[in-house]
Amino acid sequence: MARMKFLCDSERCIECNGCVTACKNENEVPWGVNRRRVVTLGDGLPGEKSVSVACMHCSDAPCMAVCPVDCFYHTDQGVVLHDKDMCIGCGYCFYACPFGAPQYPQSGSFGQRGKMDKCTFCAGGPETDHSEEEFKKYGRNRLAEGKLPLCAEMCSTKALLGGDGDVVADIFRDRALKRGKGGEMWGWGSAYGKPEQKPDAKKPEVKS
Amino acid sequence: MSKFVVMVLLAGVFGLSACGDKDGVVVYKQGSYSGKTDGKPWENAAFAGDKAKWENSIRVRGQAQNESKRVGD
Repeated sequence: MARMKFLCDSERCIECNGCVTACKNENEVPWGVNRRRVVTLGDGLPGEKSVSVACMHCSDAPCMAVCPVDCFYHTDQGVVLHDKDMCIGCGYCFYACPFGAPQYPQSGSFGQRGKMDKCTFCAGGPETDHSEEEFKKYGRNRLAEGKLPLCAEMCSTKALLGGDGDVVADIFRDRALKRGKGGEMWGWGSAYGKPEQKPDAKKPEVKS
Repeated sequence: MSKFVVMVLLAGVFGLSACGDKDGVVVYKQGSYSGKTDGKPWENAAFAGDKAKWENSIRVRGQAQNESKRVGD
């Protein structure tokens, strides 16, 4: 079973914001809500690096852990989704998320917050696939069309990779080996944990 | 008269009972997701429950991101 993951190759990202635009358009995300954004470190300086950031669909998602109404769930494909009918817009998930993924539309006067919105890995939500209600609440369900998130699929430099974790990791590994640098997988440690360290086999006794 | 008052009161109580807020969720269960269930991505008209077909589609799309495979080294 595929475990869906995002990987952004900061050596390739050119800060074109194509992914941001694609996400906005595909899911008809309202003004003020940014499911994806591009962050540039050392902007304007030699060696600046850009990274496309959205919900990473963490293996052990902190948003799920802090939600007081337990409105989050993991799909079998490893996508973190939530039920907007349950969300109370408290904002705990925003504070817990290391990527700043949860977004809140302003739903009224005095800065009143609406229900949380975030990247769905283009997998819709807990409504009937391709229904009008699903699109209105969560955006398009490309995964149910056998497609990957549009942000990754249309990335012009193929900096942003999305899909089965093993597949995207293999693509990135090949690249990093060929170019001989830029092997940092930004955010992977935080989102998916570090590679498991197996306990050492029985160490030989050292004779003194 | 008292019968009339009782009738009015009963009608009022019965009428107001319809003004309740509709629950957004079935039941809140502490510590576990209790919202609507989500279907599998292959359980729709496009794939008709064929998981293998869906997985193949995702695999092909995933590999399409590998330009080394698309255009050669």
